[in-house]
Amino acid sequence: MQTKKQGRLAEVWKRLKKSPLAILGMIILTCMVLMALFAGVVAPEVDGMPGYNLQDWGNVRQFPSGENIMGTDHLGRDVFSRIAHGSRISLMIGVLVVTIGITFGLAIGAIAGYYGNIIDNVFMRAIDIFLAVPSILMAIAIVGVLGHGIMPVIVAVGISAIPIYARTIRAQVIIFKEQEFVEAARACGASDFRIITRHILPNCMAPVIVEASMGMASAILAGAGLSFIGLGIQPPVPEWGAMLSEGRQWMLAGYWHLTVFPGMMIALIIFSFNMIGDGLRDALDPKLRSAGFSKRKFKKMQDARAMQMMQDLQAAAEKGGATSNG
Amino acid sequence: MHKYILKRFLMLVPVLLGVIIIMFTLSEFVPGDPASIILGEGAQPADIARVREEFRLDDPFIIRLLTYAGNVARLDFGISWSTRRPVHEEIFARFPHTIRLATFGIIVALFVGIPLGIIAAIKQYTVFDTGATFFALLGVSIPNFWLGMMLILFFTVQLNLLPATGFIEPAQWIMPTIAISTSSAGIIMRMTRSSMLECIRQDYIRTARAKGQKEFVVILRHALRNALIPVTTTAGLSFGMLLSGAILTETIFAIPGLGRYMVESVLRLDWPTAIGGVLLIAMAFAVVNLFVDILYAFLDPRIRSQYK
Repeated sequence: MQTKKQGRLAEVWKRLKKSPLAILGMIILTCMVLMALFAGVVAPEVDGMPGYNLQDWGNVRQFPSGENIMGTDHLGRDVFSRIAHGSRISLMIGVLVVTIGITFGLAIGAIAGYYGNIIDNVFMRAIDIFLAVPSILMAIAIVGVLGHGIMPVIVAVGISAIPIYARTIRAQVIIFKEQEFVEAARACGASDFRIITRHILPNCMAPVIVEASMGMASAILAGAGLSFIGLGIQPPVPEWGAMLSEGRQWMLAGYWHLTVFPGMMIALIIFSFNMIGDGLRDALDPKLRSAGFSKRKFKKMQDARAMQMMQDLQAAAEKGGATSNG
Repeated sequence: MHKYILKRFLMLVPVLLGVIIIMFTLSEFVPGDPASIILGEGAQPADIARVREEFRLDDPFIIRLLTYAGNVARLDFGISWSTRRPVHEEIFARFPHTIRLATFGIIVALFVGIPLGIIAAIKQYTVFDTGATFFALLGVSIPNFWLGMMLILFFTVQLNLLPATGFIEPAQWIMPTIAISTSSAGIIMRMTRSSMLECIRQDYIRTARAKGQKEFVVILRHALRNALIPVTTTAGLSFGMLLSGAILTETIFAIPGLGRYMVESVLRLDWPTAIGGVLLIAMAFAVVNLFVDILYAFLDPRIRSQYK
């Protein structure tokens, strides 16, 4: 069992490695994670003041230089220190939103898909209603109720993400619940709970993993967007969207570094998750050959297929000849 | 066909009713007393009592919900808490700007996404394919509010070519349209690519080639016409996303559209206006999706024949 699992993972990894875009995404993401881990080293605490909030009033709105590689903002805070600490917030939003989405989506989707009929109908109509409201609007409405801050943003974006996971998982469960191995488990007397959690769900994970990777991207985007319009995380917390919103006031005056860098980080982290997700989709589904498939290999495969066909034809001809002779 | 349209139209009613119930219930839990929000700080108790009477805030929840749902059915979204004028006047005055921005966005996205998708599909596994995929993912990943700011930095602050705000003259259309269209262009490109890849492997394409048809005609007339059917659904969904995505673009370019007004309303705690905006966009979203589904059925002869 264990070896088989490792074998499958290794196979996916082998296919994923072939996609240059997925590799690029993983490199960017690794840099982001390293930045989040070492933010405390890059910008250490001084006298109890967090490193992202150290103000230097004699040094405001400086353009990037050797001293401050991304410049300083209107309070003389080092932009790079704030960006480094901000990566923690963005990654946290992404991870927790996807966790909320998958946890509830898995439960709703599995129950609706497995039991079908009325339960399915009730859940899916509710999901339809939630999907009728674009998710950013849903998040805005929920944030309005919960108030500002990191947790309200995570809960709001998380709730608005649930329907998509629920739908994906339901579609998968419906496919797998009719399969023979589920029938076999039921014949052995396994409970519904066991069948769902041990037999069906492990088989449904491929699209969920892709959805989760793309979901990290959209969660971070939604969090940054909410903070940007002033409904999410508020300054002085160094959230990238909130930093953009602060920097925007100085944009027309020509202080480009206050908007270029935070936005670039948002774009990069979203880009990395999208590229990984795109690569994973191809790697997890052997039917869709990956985008990283080289032309030469494809040619080789075509040649091999042509060869195979010729051999088959020959074999058929010989066989045909043999029967006519006999 | 008529039956299908009617059925789909009737299915809209419970969904929209559900949206109204959810949104109205959410607004019940908004912190703060509506009467003091309406009157502002330091209101007299007598005034508060009068406003509670005027806005019927003391009626039971279910009565207010039913009244509200009934009013919304007649496109009356109640009275704004900040301007104390009917919400529908304000939001209907602003909605055309949002629709126009989203329409421009989807047109540009289609004109960029479909050709790129075709090229990526017919040149699969080449540098064109990887390049187009790269740009599609980039388009999906760049936040439209940041792209908008970067365009302003470059075209307004650096080159002094385009105006940074407004949405009336053609020169003002360029930057907001680019900013809002990239993500849809990326999604449409990906969809066109995978749909084209499926189509060009079909037998009828081989037949068309075998009879000696020009490759150009094979791709554009035989493959593309069928490949575009699923793209219509994607375009419809994208249009709905653009309507809500306009919130951020409108904020950047100071476009007096519905999205920006909704954000201002939320910040002012003017919930009837914010909820009215959400409902209006949800309705538009639902109608667009309905229209696209009907179009889908109409374009695909296999589905069309089922509903004759």
